[in-house]
Amino acid sequence: MSISHTLLGLLEGGPRHGYDLKRTFDVHFGQDRPLHYGQVYATMSRLLKNGLVEVDGVETGGGPERKRYAITDAGVTDVEQWLARPEKPEPYLQSVLYHKVVLALLTDRSADDLLDTQRAEHLRLMRELTRRKIAGDLADQLVCDHALFHLEADLRWLELTAARLDRLASEVRS
Amino acid sequence: MTTVSPPALLTAERLRKTYGATPALDGAGFAIAAGEVVAIMGPSGSGKSTLLHCLAGIVPPDEGQIRYRDRDMLTLTDAERSTLRREEFGFVFQFGQLVPELTCLENVALPLRLSGRRRGPAEAKAGELLARLEVEDLAGKRPGEVSGGQGQRVAVARSLVNGPRLLFADEPTGALDSLNGERVMTLLVAAARESGTAVVLVTHETRVAAYSDREVVVRDGRVRDLAGAL
Amino acid sequence: MSAGVRGWARDLWLGVRLSVTGGPSAWIRTSLTTVGIALGVTTLLLAASVPQVVKGGAEREDARSIFGNSVEERGDDTLLARGEGTEYHGVRISGMELQPDAGERTTAEPPPGLSAFPGPGEMVVSPALDRLLDSPEGELLAERMDMRRVGVIGDEGLVGSQELYFYAGVDDMPEQGALRIDGFGQSSDDGELHPALLLLILVIAVVLLMPVPILITTAARFGGERRDRRLAALRLVGADSGMTRRIAAGESLVGALLGVVAGGLLFLAVRPPLARISVDETSTFVEDIIPSPTLALIVLLAVPLLAVGTTLFAMRSIVVEPLGVVRQSRERPRRLLWRLVPGLLGAGLLALMLGGDFSGSGIAIVQAATGVMLLLVALTALLPWLVERVTGRLRGGPASWQLATRRLQLSSGPAVRAVSGIMVAVAGATALYMLFDGVRAENSVQTHADLERAQGDAHAGTTDRESIDRAVGEIEEIPDVETVLHYVESFGTLWRKGTEGPSQETANIVVADCSTLVELAHMESCAEGEVYFAPQDGDVTASVPEPGDVVAVGASAEEMADARGLWTVPEMREVEPRDSPNGLPVRGLLMTPEALDGLWPAEGSVAILMRADFDDRDTLELVRNAMADLPEGDASTLVSERISSQLVTIQTWMVIGASGVLALIGCSMLITTLEQLRERKRLLAALVAVGARRTTLGCSVLWQTAVPVVLGIALASAVGLLLGAMLMSLVRISPDGWLAFLPMAGAGAGVIALVTLGSFPLLWRLMRPDGLRTE
Repeated sequence: MSISHTLLGLLEGGPRHGYDLKRTFDVHFGQDRPLHYGQVYATMSRLLKNGLVEVDGVETGGGPERKRYAITDAGVTDVEQWLARPEKPEPYLQSVLYHKVVLALLTDRSADDLLDTQRAEHLRLMRELTRRKIAGDLADQLVCDHALFHLEADLRWLELTAARLDRLASEVRS
Repeated sequence: MTTVSPPALLTAERLRKTYGATPALDGAGFAIAAGEVVAIMGPSGSGKSTLLHCLAGIVPPDEGQIRYRDRDMLTLTDAERSTLRREEFGFVFQFGQLVPELTCLENVALPLRLSGRRRGPAEAKAGELLARLEVEDLAGKRPGEVSGGQGQRVAVARSLVNGPRLLFADEPTGALDSLNGERVMTLLVAAARESGTAVVLVTHETRVAAYSDREVVVRDGRVRDLAGAL
Repeated sequence: MSAGVRGWARDLWLGVRLSVTGGPSAWIRTSLTTVGIALGVTTLLLAASVPQVVKGGAEREDARSIFGNSVEERGDDTLLARGEGTEYHGVRISGMELQPDAGERTTAEPPPGLSAFPGPGEMVVSPALDRLLDSPEGELLAERMDMRRVGVIGDEGLVGSQELYFYAGVDDMPEQGALRIDGFGQSSDDGELHPALLLLILVIAVVLLMPVPILITTAARFGGERRDRRLAALRLVGADSGMTRRIAAGESLVGALLGVVAGGLLFLAVRPPLARISVDETSTFVEDIIPSPTLALIVLLAVPLLAVGTTLFAMRSIVVEPLGVVRQSRERPRRLLWRLVPGLLGAGLLALMLGGDFSGSGIAIVQAATGVMLLLVALTALLPWLVERVTGRLRGGPASWQLATRRLQLSSGPAVRAVSGIMVAVAGATALYMLFDGVRAENSVQTHADLERAQGDAHAGTTDRESIDRAVGEIEEIPDVETVLHYVESFGTLWRKGTEGPSQETANIVVADCSTLVELAHMESCAEGEVYFAPQDGDVTASVPEPGDVVAVGASAEEMADARGLWTVPEMREVEPRDSPNGLPVRGLLMTPEALDGLWPAEGSVAILMRADFDDRDTLELVRNAMADLPEGDASTLVSERISSQLVTIQTWMVIGASGVLALIGCSMLITTLEQLRERKRLLAALVAVGARRTTLGCSVLWQTAVPVVLGIALASAVGLLLGAMLMSLVRISPDGWLAFLPMAGAGAGVIALVTLGSFPLLWRLMRPDGLRTE
């Protein structure tokens, strides 16, 4: 699931506390749906078990004890593979793609590469739909067009987002 | 980069082209096989059009190599390249390519007339192409009297009238709404496939690019072949 | 109402601002209009000055006239006056010899421009003559006019500033041939102009002035298409059609007013150099180049009105819509019929006059001028129809031809408008050229001179052997003179043998040595002392003498009674007459001096024939100087045909002037073409991409200019020739010189070349693929 990849990706910037991770996630992606701390905790446990993160240290202060998580090499590889893998083009993908673009920017990876990969995948499907459309009857055409317009819209939105996030990314990184 | 491809009709390597201080192309490469439809995509200002102009022999690149069938395009004289464009290539632009004083039929016949063909046969051939693009009823009208979509179909007819091996289309639907754009693309690709014409299609619209067999992206003057990426 | 006026002012002012601040293209447009209108204004102001120029010169000429002042009795206030003159380097120098009867005590008024009479051996000269005499160029003239210069004639005594004129004082003037007067000046009488000359002047006026309003209206429309688009942009932001019209008027007003100012300044600037020019020995004074106030006022008011009116009229046929300029609906095909009306009327008016004489009467002048004007107007009316018809029929041809003709078919308006301006100039100039050719042929006299036998000829009104021999001797000394022949021509009263007294008849006598006589008659041999007779064919003034008749050689009839100087005609040998090398017939009794038994003709003239090289123009002046001491002595070179050089000059200037008009209009066509090309930047680039060759597109520009210009010039030449032929018939010169259109046709070809070549640099630039870039 993408939340684990996203949290993992956020750790690439440096070791963080669980609460810290939740706050960072919320800043970038939690506009409509902030993350529950329980979700973070559960995800981190799973990642720990899979060896993708490790506990960097434990703080004991006034409050409850807090674990600091850091990403392992296996974790970095996992993020990389996730980003490079195009999503199956289907409508309403934006949240996943959005996470990927933001993470790529936050981790100094090329959003353009990600975009091109995704575009190729989208286009593969779009070409197929276009072929079907040209060969098909009016009903086919309408159905295909619906899908085509959605796919195109996804890509365009993605490009726009990437272009805008560029500035955000530089702000975030600084 | 080990994609097996049919023998290339046109190949370009390491193209470099600078306008003033701005590099438009910076080591771009490109290849297209006979009968293939390839879309060139990329954001505005990325060098798509410059790449097309170089490939078509309209603008010589500062550096690099372009081969068309067994010929080195860069060693051809200006006149030879003009002849090549007249006889082997076709062109469709976004707008402003039809001569306003000539009728649609005469516009379509123009490339043949420029090659010195006589009026009668040239216009007969032009009539066929107009019919293929389903605009034969516009033959006697002037470009100012037809709609944008009709005009583009006339332009497509003109680009194919000389039976080109290679058609260059630079944002052919750029000035059209989606329905007209789809019509033009459907007719263009169908006509090109029918005559075995390869098409280099420059567009920034994914939906238009979807009419191609393959697409490349131009970014910062360099070409990325999407099929080959990862 | 005041708001209306304010609105007007605001719109006009906006137009003014647009024309000044509209960037380089607006500047070019405004300055072209300015130049066009300025040239028109200058021409019109000069034309308006002609009356004063003519009047001023005539008044001063009248003021120094000696005619109408003659008196019988001599007195303290009378003087003897006689016209004098010579020629120097082809220019006439005139003057007057004066001899007050009371000598220095005279109370007579000196002629205008002089403060006192020149004394004997003194002369007063015009400033131009003064300069000539002092210059190295006038050295030989100074030798001839060697009297002491005691002053300079004031302007009031000269017809023009460059006039070569002198007053010389003498004390030995014979009363015969001189006029005794008591003052200078006569009331002017209107000299009758030769009808042909009058017609010439008339046509010149019409032809020179007709293009001016056309030029002004053309100039007012320079770059009009771009302006129309600008106005469309104004409509888009809310200007109504009335406002756009006023803005356009304001815009053209700037060019017009600047043109009027520039024209006025140009007029002032050309006055001094014009006054310094001497054409055909005629010049004027700066002070005389003053337009008549009424005419000047008309010019200054009419020109801006014409310019603004043209703009508004031009805008009538187009509708400036917010999104562009729409030509009024689909133009109806132009109709031939009404376009023929002015032409037919004009030709009719002139044709009506063909039968009779051109009398130069008021009605005839109006009729001729109206006819000429109508014919020229007909041209501008016919051309649009012709261009439309001809281009409408053009089919096929290479691609470049198709591109050009289709463009002309779709909108021939701008091209035709520009060409109309050319046409009147070309037609008028062609007609005049032809008429001039005719007049020139008419005025060119066959002199019958035989240039093989002699190249120069001098003569004097004397038979005095001593002075003749001296002059001949001096002439023989001149380096370029090879041989000199001379003969004395005289006549004597005939006393028929066996009659009571002298008859009324006279006999011609020619005396020369044998080497000369053989040039004057076909004779097998010549011997000293022999007398020959060359019969005169058809000459009734001289009789045929018979041997035994007595001729009074060098004696009047009265003296004959005293039996002095009588010579008896001996046996003669008849010879076949032969023209003298100078082309004049020599008839009568031919003899050597020995045959006269010691007698010598007292009255008559001497002719001197020279074989000489006159390439150095001073040679002739040296001969004239040698002849200067003989009464009425003068010399000239022989020519086989005497052509009127002033006509050649006028013809040349006319072609130059018409070519100037052509060049200006060529510039306006060039601007239009350049604008058109710039508009089609994208299209041109697309055509290049398609593989169109430079030559194809270049040819298309060439055809586009050439077709209307060629049609225009062809039509103009035809009308010009027709007009010329009619004018020639009017003054009874048989029409000839059908090639008179060639110079103007050549100039037209020049315009085509100018426009085509001028547009090539831009065309080449636009054909670069940059035009395809969408930015």
